Amino acid sequence: MCDNRPRPPLYANIARERDIRAAGFSGMEFLSLKDAIGRHVKDGDQVALEGFTHLIPFAAGHEIIRQGRRDLTLIRMTPDLIYDQMIGMGTARKLVFSWGGNPGVGSLHRFRDAVERGWPAPLEIVEHSHAAMAHAYEAGAAGMPCAFFRGYLGSDLARVNGDIRFVRCPFTGERLACIPAFRPDVAIIHAQKADREGNVLIEGIVGVQKEAVLAARRAVVTVEEWVDDFGPRSSNAVILPAWTLTAVVVAPNGARPSYAHGYYARDNAFYIAWDRIARERETFLAWMRENVLG
Amino acid sequence: MTYTPAEMMTVAAARALGDGDICFVGIGLPSAACNLARLTHAPRIHLIYESGTLGTKPEVLPLSIGDGELCETALTTVPVPEVFRYWLQGGRITVGFLSGAQVDRFGNLNSTVVGDYAKPRVRLPGSGGATEIATGCGQIFIVMRHGARSFVKQLDFLTSLGHGRTGRERRELGIRTKGPALLVSDLCIMRPDPETNELTVTSLHPGIAREQVRENTGWDVRFAERVAETEPPRAMELEVLRDLHARTARAHGPADGRE
Repeated sequence: MCDNRPRPPLYANIARERDIRAAGFSGMEFLSLKDAIGRHVKDGDQVALEGFTHLIPFAAGHEIIRQGRRDLTLIRMTPDLIYDQMIGMGTARKLVFSWGGNPGVGSLHRFRDAVERGWPAPLEIVEHSHAAMAHAYEAGAAGMPCAFFRGYLGSDLARVNGDIRFVRCPFTGERLACIPAFRPDVAIIHAQKADREGNVLIEGIVGVQKEAVLAARRAVVTVEEWVDDFGPRSSNAVILPAWTLTAVVVAPNGARPSYAHGYYARDNAFYIAWDRIARERETFLAWMRENVLG
Repeated sequence: MTYTPAEMMTVAAARALGDGDICFVGIGLPSAACNLARLTHAPRIHLIYESGTLGTKPEVLPLSIGDGELCETALTTVPVPEVFRYWLQGGRITVGFLSGAQVDRFGNLNSTVVGDYAKPRVRLPGSGGATEIATGCGQIFIVMRHGARSFVKQLDFLTSLGHGRTGRERRELGIRTKGPALLVSDLCIMRPDPETNELTVTSLHPGIAREQVRENTGWDVRFAERVAETEPPRAMELEVLRDLHARTARAHGPADGRE
């Protein structure tokens, strides 16, 4: 429907991609989780499953594991348990991240095993800081080729990550960090509600989800529930219009053991228990067979 | 009242915060110290967690940086890019709390790897917000348990800039914030020397000998001309801290390995 309207002038490559996006996005579909992942996540894709501690799309991540995707580049600020599981099950070739721990508990053992010992496969890493990743998503959403900000000053991260460069501000001469924008093939997020038309409402800690969706070529959203209408809400509520999305999936409890504000709390006891489950390859694989693959 | 070294460390860190501070809080010890300050001498302190929660007043300590408790008790919750862009980079935060696996004499921190970056002996979580917190906040307080393997002569990796490898790097890089102004450990309090910026012991916790600090510090540690004795935790401080930990343990369930 957007295609019939006059468009403002557009620029460069990003603009051409946008045309394609607009055409492709005319048909947001309600799909099953299996179909949404099957159709929109391909081997070798750059995939960003976002959700900053809150609303982590676990159900979607598990479906990617079940469908046996390979060679993915996984992007996520905090890999968390979901990428620990995906890395341990061999879906990833590369990880772009800024904090790879089990929050408040300790290590992500599957992530460490991949980096330290190459199990189940060597994992290439592109390492950033939180500020950098937040800026890179924002730049992607804004259609910019790169992000610049006051960052990485004096840090060795700039020596080990070739994507970190520095530029001079043309007005003040200040040295600023510069990194490429994130443009994932697909962003996957979890949200509270979708309405009849497939618009999506996100509440609570909103993290970088909106930016990830708007930066990506395709966007899959899982939601707690499907409602007729959102009802009374703040005029400033975070809502992603249906036409910015590729697929919407109703997946109640789709963020567990992370949480959904207004629905269920974070399962902190499980995050603590994961340390023991994931420490050894055998116990990890047994848990995955029983709880995800089965 | 008897107390543990960890309690002494948390109380000493809490006391360093003022009622007017706008504080960027990390998980673990910093979170305990900041909330202890809020519940005792600094009721108006404004706590910001990197998940976007501004002015949060948690009843129990969060396990993660984005627990629901933080959002539910916050004045408002903003997107993560905004936290780093407007609030941190915008220069609105007076104090940032940091920790790491390794610290050196100039307060530079490593939270990335032990060993070589390409073939690490131990892969640590990484920067998270720390790299820009270190340069964006008005000043930095470091809280870390003392030990020769963590207080090292040379970092394996510099994740977050303190005063740099020479002690003078901040000015050379055009950074206008103060950097590490205080380090609190379970043995002592250190502050940067006014001339060299080297972290120097300014106060020993009760019952701690200089020799213990030397044995647990990987560089040839210096002591200020006048070394004070840290005031032990007061009964009221311990009660509030223990209540906070007890509420937290009940909320998160058993087998909680945090400090």
